[in-house]
Amino acid sequence: MTQRNRFSTGGQIDRSTTHQFVFDGKRYHGHAGDTLASALLANGVRLMGRSFKYHRPRGVLTAGSEEPNALVELRDGDRQEPNTRATTAELYDGLFAKSQNRLGSLRFDLLAINDRLSNFLTAGFYYKTFMWPAAFWEKLYEPVIRHAAGLGSLSLQDDPDVYDKGFLHCDVLIIGAGPAGLSAALTVGRAGADVILADEDFRMGGRLNSETFALGDDSGADWAAAAVAELESLPNVRVMARTTVIGAFDHGIYGAVERVSDHVHTPAEGKPRQILWRIYTQRTILAGGATERPIAFENNDRPGIMLASAMRSYANRFAVTPDQRVAIFTNNDDGHRTAADLHAKGVKIAAVVDVRPDIPRSHDYEVLHGEVIDTKGRLGLTFAEVRLGDGSTRTLECGALGLSGGWNPNVHMTCHQRGRPTWNDTLAAFVPGPDLPAGMCVAGAANGTLSTAGALREGHAAAVSVLDLDTSDVDLPQAEDTPVAIKPFWYVEGCARAWLDQQNDVTVKDVKLSHQEGFRSVEHLKRYTTLGMATDQGKTSNMGGLAIMAELAGKSIPEVGTTIFRPPYTPTAIGAFGGRHRGQDFHPKRLTPSHQWATEQGAVFVEVGNWMRAQWFPRDGETTWRQSVDREVLATRKSVGVCDVTTLGKVDVQGTDAADFLNKIYCNGFAKLAVGKTRYGLMLREDGIAMDDGTAARLAEDHFVVTTTTANALPVYRHMEFVRQCLFPDMDVQLISTTEAWAQYAVAGPNSRSVLEKIVDQDMSNDAFPFMACANITVCGGLRARLFRISFSGELAYEIAVPTAYGDALMRKIMEAGAEFEITPYGTEALGVMRIEKGHAAGNELNGTTSAQNLGMGRMVSKKKDSIGSILSEREGLNRDDDLRQVGIKPVDPEAPVPAGAHLMAMDGPIDAAHDQGYATSACFSPNLGHAIALGFLKNGSERTGERMRLVSPLTQVETEVEIVSAHFIDPEGDRLRA
Amino acid sequence: MIIHHPLLGPRDAAEFTYMGDAKLIDRPDWQSETAAQEFYEYGYLRDNPAGWHKELWFHEAGDRSWLVVTRNTLTHEISNVELARDVARARGRSK
Repeated sequence: MTQRNRFSTGGQIDRSTTHQFVFDGKRYHGHAGDTLASALLANGVRLMGRSFKYHRPRGVLTAGSEEPNALVELRDGDRQEPNTRATTAELYDGLFAKSQNRLGSLRFDLLAINDRLSNFLTAGFYYKTFMWPAAFWEKLYEPVIRHAAGLGSLSLQDDPDVYDKGFLHCDVLIIGAGPAGLSAALTVGRAGADVILADEDFRMGGRLNSETFALGDDSGADWAAAAVAELESLPNVRVMARTTVIGAFDHGIYGAVERVSDHVHTPAEGKPRQILWRIYTQRTILAGGATERPIAFENNDRPGIMLASAMRSYANRFAVTPDQRVAIFTNNDDGHRTAADLHAKGVKIAAVVDVRPDIPRSHDYEVLHGEVIDTKGRLGLTFAEVRLGDGSTRTLECGALGLSGGWNPNVHMTCHQRGRPTWNDTLAAFVPGPDLPAGMCVAGAANGTLSTAGALREGHAAAVSVLDLDTSDVDLPQAEDTPVAIKPFWYVEGCARAWLDQQNDVTVKDVKLSHQEGFRSVEHLKRYTTLGMATDQGKTSNMGGLAIMAELAGKSIPEVGTTIFRPPYTPTAIGAFGGRHRGQDFHPKRLTPSHQWATEQGAVFVEVGNWMRAQWFPRDGETTWRQSVDREVLATRKSVGVCDVTTLGKVDVQGTDAADFLNKIYCNGFAKLAVGKTRYGLMLREDGIAMDDGTAARLAEDHFVVTTTTANALPVYRHMEFVRQCLFPDMDVQLISTTEAWAQYAVAGPNSRSVLEKIVDQDMSNDAFPFMACANITVCGGLRARLFRISFSGELAYEIAVPTAYGDALMRKIMEAGAEFEITPYGTEALGVMRIEKGHAAGNELNGTTSAQNLGMGRMVSKKKDSIGSILSEREGLNRDDDLRQVGIKPVDPEAPVPAGAHLMAMDGPIDAAHDQGYATSACFSPNLGHAIALGFLKNGSERTGERMRLVSPLTQVETEVEIVSAHFIDPEGDRLRA
Repeated sequence: MIIHHPLLGPRDAAEFTYMGDAKLIDRPDWQSETAAQEFYEYGYLRDNPAGWHKELWFHEAGDRSWLVVTRNTLTHEISNVELARDVARARGRSK
């Protein structure tokens, strides 16, 4: 296929490099420096997509990131990316793209029937049409709509590429590298400040690349290239092409996405596809340019109809004309430039149609006073119908029509911190308002200064002001300095369907309808009609909608106002926000000191918080997890077991006020705890609800070690620091988290003492080291260690801790010492079974809704001292007679299940929330008892031992007759603990 | 946001955990006659100003200081950052 619409000379493309690419299965050729859109136009392809709702044929409207129509699925296989703008997709050899939003081929889209049904699909059709019958929504309407709606499709495969995040700091961030941005960057860069110059395009220069104006003796594009080369040579300037600044955030923080590899077939080895930068800057110069807006009229959406400025971009930058016969429809002088540029390149200008009566004439082509009122051409423009100023009509034969409705400064970033733009009558457009983000100034077209010379001046002036420079030596090149001449004109009267928002298929009529139905706020208009809600966020359409609203409401445009501009400036891949934090790296993985050893044992691991904990240790012949867990529980209770409990939070508390401090954070007393003793502690929140539990071991008069649950290690530490720093700032107490500093193992079971005696250098007799004792000791003949006689399992048990570096060695030593007792390593499942058998509360019971009273520990709350939560734990609501109390639950039929989460109901009566008596929190099969057991909460439960109830789970269709029993299923007297 | 830590200089807000109204420093006296009412107010009643607000931030990924940050909830402007311990002492808290 020949590039029949490519000019033989000119443009900033590399004609020596030809790229082959595929669009909708067909092969084409383009050049380096092309976008997919420019290459398709060069090949005479105008039809590039179908519209969202009516499936109307569409081509490019723009030549930039504001493109609403030419969205494609770029790349194939697992790299397929939907809704990619052909106007920004940089051409590379082997590029593969498909059009989207079609059923069948692009030329014969079966869903184009929607276009015939458009009378039924107007604004709000969802809300009006699918109301009745209600049952149809889920079964019929929604599936059909879901199938038909949406733009591109996902590959449904994992993205094989990586995305990175990075941080940058600078003195001045310059957003946009057009004339204003380059002028600012040269001034700031030459002054030696640290500068970041970012532009979304792959070629810097902005409109200088798209216009034929000269700057001094150079063409605009050459001047831009020379400026960029100079900036790149300066060590203090970071020039970032292909980088879109997507948002202005608090305190001078900007988000930017750099497309590192989108312009190559496959990212180079070790390179990410994109990088999300967080840029920290003191000052920002926004030089983001302006966006041209179209004019609405009947059938203004045919392929070949595009912005006049986009035509100049294609012609001057890419050496492409969209067709050999072109017409222009404009309300301002800028539209005439396009005609002049194209004419100079030999394109036939059918006519320039201007809505203004006093229009500039031309010797080269016809200029008409009038309006374009309709167009023809099913898959691409063939004719434009014009109503002339005198009321007569004329038909223009043309394959492309350029629209120029004026320019909107890109004020987006000025509004990201609640700023609102202000209206400028001369430009008939919004310009940046007075409330800019701190440290920002705006220059050039973004500031409403639309001439090239003005942009150069303002860029320079902005640089001078942000750096507070001496302004004497200014040497800016001579450049075009034409004032703006425009007559506001938004749409042609009397059209059935004149498109405003081409991406969401919103017409002038839809806006009028929504006004008629009472949607008067611009935000309501947006949501009801979906105007401006598509991926382009209405960059080319919002102004038209506002103007029509203003007209209907009899207000001015500034009175109607704009919708709020929010980040991101252009669509940003979720992958870029995720960065490396995905899959295995979604969050950090913490390994216990015995992890390597447990892996060698074939342990099955479970994630607990960020920790990987051994869940159970399967042995040969065991086919279900229950077999392993039952064996581990029975072996521990019969002889001895060992479990890594390093993950429990540990906080070292030291200072002369350490005991007083513990008295504050625990509801029970600690002041009188003897040195060498450990005590269970219950921590309340200030509202009287249990926060966490654990133990505090007093190793010295002024030294405690506090443990927390694994899950709450961080919040409890934070809370303790709050109490220390904010509530009792003069207490002599210091805290440090030592969770990772000590490897800690529970050794439990009747033979635990015999095992540890072989390792520790300490008298282990019951008299010398009784239940709840603790001590700094040594093991293996001198290694410092800590020993605690505490038990979660209910057995004679110890927890032994050594510095983490020795953790692996200690586990191997314990296993060796325990071999003669057939010591059994156990995981979190067996740990859970044993604590349920013993009736110890854990996370399921300390669930953020339960009080000390609920847990059966009401009497622990000391009334003789001040502690967090003690006052509010006495409030009436937490002290009713029928309060929930922790109970044990066992099935009457030993074979029956007792699922956790099921609710307790009386034997008779309805099963509903009103008759709810309580619920099961933790459940397991007890291998010691031979049936399932559960812990739970029951109204007035401590008085109801022996009662029969129903444990029900209607969702899983479980209904089990159960008996309420003591929560202590094993050794209720605690003899084993003290053995 | 950037919080100017009194000891460590400008730090990204991502290093901090937010807790809310710095009135939480003013914990009532447990022995007051009206302790229950005061603790109820302390625990549950908060101003939610659209404007300047003193709030507690914890430098969790840093030096573990609790800070009192004076922040405008409308603009996110920060006018003052103090160590919570100093604020607590100034408000008469001790042991």
